[in-house]
Amino acid sequence: MADAIDTNTGTTRADRRAEAADTGPVLASDGTPLKASLRRALRAQKLRALMLVAPLLVFILVTFVAPIADMLFRSVENQIVSQTLPRTTAELQGWESDSGDLPSEDTYRALLTDLTLAVAANTHTRLGSRLNYEQSGMSSIFRQTGRNIDDVAAPYLDNFEALDPRWVEPGTLAALMTDPDYFAAARAWREENPVGPFGGGATYDQPIRLNPGIGELLPSAAAIFRDWAEYVRVENSAVVGDEEPWSLFYLRLYQDLLNVSEADLGAYDGPQSDLLLETKRMLDQFQPVSIRDRFIEVDAGWGNPDIWATIKVYSPSYTSGYFLNAVDMQLNAEGVSMQPEDERIYGILFKRTMFMSLMITGSCILLGYPIAWLLANLPMRTANLLMILVLLPFWTSLLVRTSAWKVMLQQQGVINDILVWLGVVGDESRLIMINNQFGTIVAMTHILLPFMILPLYSVMQTIPPSYLRAAKSLGATPFTAFWRVYFPQSVPGIGAGSILVFILAIGYYITPEIVGGTSGTFISNRIAYHISSSLNWGLAAALGSILLGAVLILYWAYDRIVGIDNVKLGG
Amino acid sequence: MPQDQSNAAFVEFERVQKSYDGESLVVKDLNLSMPKGEFLTMLGPSGSGKTTCLMMLAGFETATTGEIRLDGQPINNIPPHKRGIGMVFQNYALFPHMTVAENLSFPLEVRKMGKSDREAKIKRALDMVQMGDFGGRRPAQLSGGQQQRIALARALVFEPELVLMDEPLGALDKQLRETLQFEITRLAHDLGITVVYVTHDQTEALTMSDRVAVFDDGRIQQLAAPDELYESPQNSFVAQFIGENNTLAGTVKEIRNGLATVELDGGEIIDCKPVNVSEVGERTLVSIRPERVETNRERLSPDAHTLKAEVLEFIYMGDIFRTRLRVAGRDDFIVKTRNAPDQPRLKPGTQIEIGWLPEDCRALDA
Repeated sequence: MADAIDTNTGTTRADRRAEAADTGPVLASDGTPLKASLRRALRAQKLRALMLVAPLLVFILVTFVAPIADMLFRSVENQIVSQTLPRTTAELQGWESDSGDLPSEDTYRALLTDLTLAVAANTHTRLGSRLNYEQSGMSSIFRQTGRNIDDVAAPYLDNFEALDPRWVEPGTLAALMTDPDYFAAARAWREENPVGPFGGGATYDQPIRLNPGIGELLPSAAAIFRDWAEYVRVENSAVVGDEEPWSLFYLRLYQDLLNVSEADLGAYDGPQSDLLLETKRMLDQFQPVSIRDRFIEVDAGWGNPDIWATIKVYSPSYTSGYFLNAVDMQLNAEGVSMQPEDERIYGILFKRTMFMSLMITGSCILLGYPIAWLLANLPMRTANLLMILVLLPFWTSLLVRTSAWKVMLQQQGVINDILVWLGVVGDESRLIMINNQFGTIVAMTHILLPFMILPLYSVMQTIPPSYLRAAKSLGATPFTAFWRVYFPQSVPGIGAGSILVFILAIGYYITPEIVGGTSGTFISNRIAYHISSSLNWGLAAALGSILLGAVLILYWAYDRIVGIDNVKLGG
Repeated sequence: MPQDQSNAAFVEFERVQKSYDGESLVVKDLNLSMPKGEFLTMLGPSGSGKTTCLMMLAGFETATTGEIRLDGQPINNIPPHKRGIGMVFQNYALFPHMTVAENLSFPLEVRKMGKSDREAKIKRALDMVQMGDFGGRRPAQLSGGQQQRIALARALVFEPELVLMDEPLGALDKQLRETLQFEITRLAHDLGITVVYVTHDQTEALTMSDRVAVFDDGRIQQLAAPDELYESPQNSFVAQFIGENNTLAGTVKEIRNGLATVELDGGEIIDCKPVNVSEVGERTLVSIRPERVETNRERLSPDAHTLKAEVLEFIYMGDIFRTRLRVAGRDDFIVKTRNAPDQPRLKPGTQIEIGWLPEDCRALDA
């Protein structure tokens, strides 16, 4: 019967078995490879499974993975400098920061343009704060300069005024630069919508249109005029002809007039073309000033090559500066170097965090192991009662537990009172047990203890008591039986508990903040400080990344030494 | 085991009682004495106290009252690791983090034995259980039967004189169990060790042991060699517990010449051997083994009492026939007959007469 003829193909089963063995891929009844059929059959199942986890997956991606990735990205991200000062950073490429010289006049002119636009967009203070992390004083330079940015090129305005007073009438410039139709329409709109007693009012909804031909004749002045006009239209609800442009415009105009030929000017017949030609002819009376000197006049900091070196070092879009800061190093014009001795704090903090987390993990093992043993070996009823005591802290607010330790440990606290009452310590020499490392270790050991006990307990529960009996029946003393038979089998529980406690401890924040004082705080407290107080998110992100990296390395090392398969949280 | 010191008790329980909660006794007045080299099985249903007895002997439980002696020495207060008793557990209890060889080495190491001695003994013990090539394996890489062989080797490797086995074959399948039953008895006899073996499997108890102690309700109900236990149960519990058994309830009418006449509750009269009935009028349970029931009238003595029976079911089991009858108002009366050419294959519904030799029918306590 085994070789019954298959009605479809006329071959025997034995034939087909032999065929399958010969040709490799096993075929399904319809001739497709069996693997492909299986995949197709399982696809629907997989899809359904995926749909079931999809909500959680999306939730985790949106609320967990994405913010963390974004935060970690900030540790290297540095686009603010090149975005705020694009022209300046481009000019600085050609400047040697170790030459001791100041950058070129062109660089200062680029800075003037960048800062004028930045002040208009109000981004210069943010840049000042960013650069202040790297060199103190930066913030005030940028604020000071921002306030007086229109003064920098003011001499050019004065020069134009001296040549011809018409230059300072807003209407002249507007007529020169703007498309006549647009200009007329804008002025008509202004008649209908007069500026109110406190300024403001409606905003003219037509974007600026420049005079045809003026862009080719005076390219850089036209560009800045367009920026300015749009800025005042949107921000100040002004239209062309209402206000005088930035003094930067006069600098640009002067440069354009120097560059343009008289023939080209003569050929131009737009509004105010005669004024342009006259001014061009009188340009030799112009008294140009150095923008560099003007900047130094506004803030002496601009005369310091170090300031420029810092800007240049931090002009790339990505920087290692935050990470270097996080390990007590600095990036400056000379390259990478250690921070001055008295400013190195993160190394100490990292070491302290590691040390204290290890201490906490160790104390948790010492305190948790006997309890887990009891839990695993007591009769069910008693064990359950004990388990409730272990879990009780979970149901109490973390803040309450931490504050309770404050009450217990402080110098006028319960423990000191008892010690004094017992005469163990004198009233004048009460122990200092809080706001230091001791306090943090005690409080955090207490708080993290359940995370050690639970994995230990669940592993110990799976170790049958017969192992110990067997060891004793084989002649081992109770201690040998424990040490050679029971303990090795509980190591996976110790491993799981230790990883859990250590990783939780290393990133703990609230407890060290409350009971840690200054000597008992963790790196996480510093991260929190940079997130919420100094607002140096890049540095906070770098510190956090290092912390994450350290945990991953420890995890990897643990996997290599103990094997992550040996970690059991239960069963 | 008839040996020169067979009179000297090697293991002794004297008036031993055990209570866990102070309210009820798990072991009630246990008295037991076994000579050196004996293979004794404690057999009983779960909760009968047999494992507790074993644990008291091993030292993992303390006797509440009474004395346990090993080779004449009271051991009540000796901790388990100093008793030098080998033990085999139901779940093998091989240390999972050690290899087979390390498991065997453990009892020798704690006895501070030198490395070369250890290796020789380990090799010998492994060869003894035919596991010589498995020294480097971990217990998890072995099958259940292999693990139990290793557990056995570990219990024997330090050459204890007494080995305790707590249902060692309970987790194995039938075939493996039978192989290992044979091996364990062979090893025990070859090595001349004394074995206390706990099981709830009566076949195991009957095939392996020199003597069987049947436990129930914290007491030894009967302590006897397997054949005696099967053929001469001392009370109805033992009769019920060991092997298959037909029971008929009745009242003793007469006891004479070592023969009792019992009137069954249905009014029928039968002859049987009084075991623990002594007075006329006493209630009794009469016990007859299914294979001792005679369906062939010619084999019985002419004056034997017979009973009417109706065939309810006939099961062909290969080597034997198993026939279920209605007898004296009960329809769970079983008769087993050898599959022989002269044995009739009874049809359900047939009315027959059955009988037995009076010595095969035992009047026991009700």
